Amino acid sequence: MFNYDKYIRKDKFPHIWCSGCGNGIILKSSIRAIDKIGWDKNDVMTISGIGCSSRATGYLDFDSLHTLHGRALAFATGIKMAKPKMNVVVFTGDGDAGAIGGNHLIHAARRNIDITAVIFNNNIYGMTGGQYSPTTPQEFVATTAPYGHIENSFNFMELAIGAGASFAARTTVTNPKQVENFIHKGLENKGFSVIEVVSNCHVQFGRRNEMKSPIQMFDWIKERIIPMSKAEDMSEDELENKVITGVFKNIEKPEYVEEYDKNIMAKAEGE
Amino acid sequence: MAKGKKYIIKIKEDYCKSCRLCYSRCPTNAITANPKNMKVQINDEDKCIGCLVCENICPDFAIEIFEAEDN
Repeated sequence: MFNYDKYIRKDKFPHIWCSGCGNGIILKSSIRAIDKIGWDKNDVMTISGIGCSSRATGYLDFDSLHTLHGRALAFATGIKMAKPKMNVVVFTGDGDAGAIGGNHLIHAARRNIDITAVIFNNNIYGMTGGQYSPTTPQEFVATTAPYGHIENSFNFMELAIGAGASFAARTTVTNPKQVENFIHKGLENKGFSVIEVVSNCHVQFGRRNEMKSPIQMFDWIKERIIPMSKAEDMSEDELENKVITGVFKNIEKPEYVEEYDKNIMAKAEGE
Repeated sequence: MAKGKKYIIKIKEDYCKSCRLCYSRCPTNAITANPKNMKVQINDEDKCIGCLVCENICPDFAIEIFEAEDN
């Protein structure tokens, strides 16, 4: 009932993602969210780094940049500063945003620059062969963790809020409508918005952890979901390895480009 | 939803990658698996209630549901 043809590059389809990959669901939800907000196609800029998730910009018929690994937010900051009227949307992965691009993520959040970052979190480096990523849960197997992973995993929501983002929300691919709603809210927010979407990688992550099919992986994600209203009454032990979904933060805060124009440009031109 | 509304299911078979997410979620079995290659195929279009679960969950842009014009 929704016509995606207006927003996709049909010559690039069918896309490269594996059968059942949640990235396609996030891509579709993003398209619906952008359509809902009603922006002109020429006013939207999509930017991505490297990884499975970052192929998303290649399929979207907006102005787009496929940039260096982890640097999507750095390029996005530049574009937003040079062309403040552009609506900048960044598609990035858990490794792209959390590991190599971690510094760009916290500093974009600290500045509260008007960018919407959609993080595809599939718990693994899928494209390069299944190495563990900053969000791989403990005790799960990856090619670089054959005896089970022992490191603590990143919590993107706490990271974004701690760094100063004005909008932070987490959802999962099992609920495409919620993905659409949260991305829409993030696009509406004037400031830095982080939307983490927990996705599935049954090929690199699930296959090594007894979840070969997309359906098994969807069930695994689904049974770990705890809505935020419920999570408030639960202890930390109970919430271990669970996926808490909801809007974690939504506040109004001075936005970087506006402040830059008001304070720095105005003074520089005045002199 | 008004009773008796009809829907048209459009499947792009060359986009489908047989992931099985759509028909495993269809509440009315309007769509089903093609036993040959496990791709999606229409079982009974009249059963479709237009819930859009399959359209939203399909990662491959392979299913589109339309309201029939004679509604």
